[in-house]
Amino acid sequence: MSAFDVMSDTELYQPVTVEDAVVLASRLAENAWLVAGGQDTYGWLKDRAKNTQAMIELSRIPELSGIKRSASGIEIGATTTLTEIANSKLIQQLIPLLGEAAQHVASPQIRNVGSIAGNIAQDTRCWYYRRGLSCYRAGGNLCYADTPEGMNREHCLFGASRCVAVSPSDTAPALVALGATIVIADSSGNHTIAAEDFFVGPDIDITRMNILKPGQIIVSIHIPADPEINVRHYFEKVADRNVWDFALVNIAVSLEMQAGKITKARFVCAGVDCKPYRLKEVERYCENKAAGSETAEGAARLAAKGAVPLNHNHFKIALMQNLVRRALRG
Amino acid sequence: MADTDNYQHIGKNFVPPDVVGKVTGRAKYTADMSVDGMLYARMYVSPIPHGRVTHLDLSESLALDGVFGALTADDVSPANSADRTILTNEPMYVGEPIFAIAAVDERTAENAIALARITIEPLPFEVDPLSSLQAGGANAHSGGNIYVGGQEGGLKELKWSEQELQNFINQQAMPDEAINEWHYGSLEQGFADASVVIEEPFVTSGYAHMCMEPRSTLAYWQNGKCIVYGSTQSQSFVLPYLAGMLGIELKDLVYIGENCGGGFGSKIGPYPSMAIPVFLSKKIGRAVMLRVTREEEYYIGTARVGFQGRVKIGFKSDGSVSAVDLFIVQDIGSHSGGGDASSAGGAISILYQPQAMRFRGVPVLTNTTPRGAQRGPGQNQIAAVMGPIMDVAARQLNMDRVEIRRINAPDSDSRIGGKQGPVTSAYMKQALDLGARMFDWDKKRAEKTASTTHKVIGLGIGQGYHSAGAKGFDGLVRLTPDGKIHLHSGVGNLGTYSYASTTRSAAEVLKCSWENCVLEYGSSEASLPWSSYQAGSNTSFTHSRANYAAASNALEKIKQIAAMVLGGTSAEYDVARERVFNISTPSKSMSYAQVAQKAIDLGGEYSGASYPDDIHPVTQIAVQQIAGSGLIGVAKDKLPQEGTVPGLAVCYMQIELDTETGKYEILDHVAIAECGTVVHPQGLYNQMSGGAVWGIGLAGYERHAYDSQNGLPANVGFYQCKPPTYLDTPLEIKVGAVDIADPQSPYGIRGIGEPAMGCASAALMSALSDALDGQLFNQSPVTADMIINLVRGELDAENTSGVAFNPQMKAHSF
Repeated sequence: MSAFDVMSDTELYQPVTVEDAVVLASRLAENAWLVAGGQDTYGWLKDRAKNTQAMIELSRIPELSGIKRSASGIEIGATTTLTEIANSKLIQQLIPLLGEAAQHVASPQIRNVGSIAGNIAQDTRCWYYRRGLSCYRAGGNLCYADTPEGMNREHCLFGASRCVAVSPSDTAPALVALGATIVIADSSGNHTIAAEDFFVGPDIDITRMNILKPGQIIVSIHIPADPEINVRHYFEKVADRNVWDFALVNIAVSLEMQAGKITKARFVCAGVDCKPYRLKEVERYCENKAAGSETAEGAARLAAKGAVPLNHNHFKIALMQNLVRRALRG
Repeated sequence: MADTDNYQHIGKNFVPPDVVGKVTGRAKYTADMSVDGMLYARMYVSPIPHGRVTHLDLSESLALDGVFGALTADDVSPANSADRTILTNEPMYVGEPIFAIAAVDERTAENAIALARITIEPLPFEVDPLSSLQAGGANAHSGGNIYVGGQEGGLKELKWSEQELQNFINQQAMPDEAINEWHYGSLEQGFADASVVIEEPFVTSGYAHMCMEPRSTLAYWQNGKCIVYGSTQSQSFVLPYLAGMLGIELKDLVYIGENCGGGFGSKIGPYPSMAIPVFLSKKIGRAVMLRVTREEEYYIGTARVGFQGRVKIGFKSDGSVSAVDLFIVQDIGSHSGGGDASSAGGAISILYQPQAMRFRGVPVLTNTTPRGAQRGPGQNQIAAVMGPIMDVAARQLNMDRVEIRRINAPDSDSRIGGKQGPVTSAYMKQALDLGARMFDWDKKRAEKTASTTHKVIGLGIGQGYHSAGAKGFDGLVRLTPDGKIHLHSGVGNLGTYSYASTTRSAAEVLKCSWENCVLEYGSSEASLPWSSYQAGSNTSFTHSRANYAAASNALEKIKQIAAMVLGGTSAEYDVARERVFNISTPSKSMSYAQVAQKAIDLGGEYSGASYPDDIHPVTQIAVQQIAGSGLIGVAKDKLPQEGTVPGLAVCYMQIELDTETGKYEILDHVAIAECGTVVHPQGLYNQMSGGAVWGIGLAGYERHAYDSQNGLPANVGFYQCKPPTYLDTPLEIKVGAVDIADPQSPYGIRGIGEPAMGCASAALMSALSDALDGQLFNQSPVTADMIINLVRGELDAENTSGVAFNPQMKAHSF
């Protein structure tokens, strides 16, 4: 494929209500492409590595944007920008983990237009796939990255199933760690799903990163937040560059504390699996232990258990271990 | 210190005329230009690393509404040997242009490209130099895998035996056969004299130039002339080469390159894609714009040469370097170009003054993006290699790391290169000392203790060098009857402001106010003199001399006219405040405006009706354009000059490295320029700071990544190529300058651009090594994963060499 830089002709729909958007999405189905900030859209379409007959722009729907307090926590509209989330006092106060994660996405310019729904639903950044090669994920019959000479420094440690791509999102692991739920609308109404179940690996569906089907739209994200519960949050992203880069590995941690001990733990990494990867052995190990160096060392040993590194990404094992250690060490 | 107190312009800050446009966004670049009826061209580029076009049918493309024409390789002259070509039927790398289509807009042009029916037969390819050298390895070109420059040169084939290759990879022995070689002194004696001998392999990555402005071109033909808007570092230097490429007379070419959004060595002169809109325009009869995309810029924009090499260095007990044996396999990409390896040897020869030295190099062609000069081509790669090696030597000799560099530092009696030629002047010791004071080296070194946490401090020192000057180019100044002094600068506006700062020499000679000067630049229609290329750090030295020569010519004519009008001889006159006056009777005077009018009346050499025979044809055309409009001062620089003009720089860096993440923060950064007299302090600060950021990129971030199985480049966008960002670089870069005048420049000026980068690369590599107890990475860039691997003491599966280095996989790998 040559190097294209201009989108093919496409129809553009700009609904102003969710109802209209759902009708359009339902009618156009797989022939439509949903777009809000466009940060994961225009690269595909300008390169003509993917094409669409129609685009449905969601950023003109007021009810899809905004951050508000709900009875059980915080509700965030799907097209709310990452900058709005990072700057939200409500989020900083109740769920700082998400604010931190949003603050680490890409660059200020991208955060200013990029939406939270776009960030969690974005496609993988495997460069072979992005180049438009006919790999498994693109409907072909091989994985270019998982070969003896494949360039797979950024690829997965877990969940490989023909495809070894990873989830590039910074906010997705935070939402999973926070126990968020996602509201999806389609012609049959609204559906709520746990953030953890929103993402799918290649063993479930190799052509998609999440459960969204044609005709479905993310409406909002709900994050439980109870000020009465003592919660410790930790987010860290390690990327080559400190801005405008995807994580080599990131970690989002939520620890519910009682009397100095961890009563409930969620450790989630991105950059190591096709979906946000929960470190369940670490979570179990931490429960009823005090956060500190001793627990950190024990947990670190379990952090990458079961990892199957590729030729060039062994470092991610040590990095996961170190990030777990740092999260618990404080 | 250079005595600039008595100067009106030299050593003083000023605002170059393009600054406001650049900070307000009003500056126009080629892609911003528009001409009535203009068409847009788009290119079809090769999707495979090496192949032969066996079928190309554009009938459907050309039948599309809005399409006006196409250009194929059959429409343009084939290139010689391994030179880059405008369009090709045998692409040598992914991204090489094969054909172009012009249409009413880019969307239509791309739709037409999508309708093209093309068959490309795959040919053998290789993206790794060592694999190509291996017996049975593919050659990048059907004619060979080696490119030898010079008249006797061309494509050749070189293969190593398996034993030779393994010896090189496993650091057993250097190969016997090289393509390029020079030496001086007795290596045998040098190593015999050594108390410490260090031998290390090294790899430095190739990587793109990252020009913010892709190399777009607008072209059209008008009244028999070809008008070309382009993006080049140089201005007048472009003209004869572009005219040659287009097959037209110099007088029939108008070239406009007012602003250049970054070239960094990749836009020194004209490049093949410039011809595409020119030829399309000629074929179709309408103006054609070719806006090169970001992705295409990574393909055709050239890249830095990558090194895979070994260096053996002997140190005497006093720390002086007794011998250097350097062998470099250089990845020169798909086409000819890249003399980096020999330049790397030259840099070692001057920076460390070895008693004896041998350089050997093998330039290997690969099916990767073409290579060319990139800031400090060769000098800056080897600076990053040598920084930590000098530290190893210091430790083994139990010496201070600054001291070992001082002992070997060049001075004005030093020699350089295989021929051991002289330098114009050099004050590296002073630079090291100034840097050590500004950085507070002694205190920082004393305070550095072994860390008990994952945060460790590293101190680094780096040195940079590049030749920084030439001679023999032209200057042109003009006094007009309105009292203005026109300073005609053929220097390109590559972003360093040297197009303006070099004309300060002319203003200094003519003792005129800067406010009354009019800077003519950016278009051959502005009547610009012949210039050197704007690269190689050479413009400041070269064109401050050329401007001095032209202004001196004007000054003499001013005095002669004064003598004619006011009596006496020219020797009795001097100038001040834009007047020429009799020294003994100052009231006998004329304004520059009056002098200019008199020059027009006199004609001949005074008005530019005649001019010296030895000026370049480009300057002759420029003088013809302005003849009769005022007093013309024009001259070729024939001032005495002997030896290499060295640009030298030093960097000190303190980092805090997090061994758990492989990330680090630069806590302190001091950059010292040794560039003779500082001509433009703010410009120098910008050069040193910009060079520092780029140097951090070389040492820590930027590299090509090619899939060797498919010959595919992984990084063809800014975010994939990872030039350092604002948050990856120090908050403050402290800049100092030795500021001692060079005796071979009228105002003592030498260039500095390239070493500003090399010293930063070396300092960061040195600091990283220091933070990790002297561990050498032997590779640039050093990225977070490498640091993590080193700290955990494990290596990736493919990296089996036993150290954090594997020459088999480094020049283009993640």
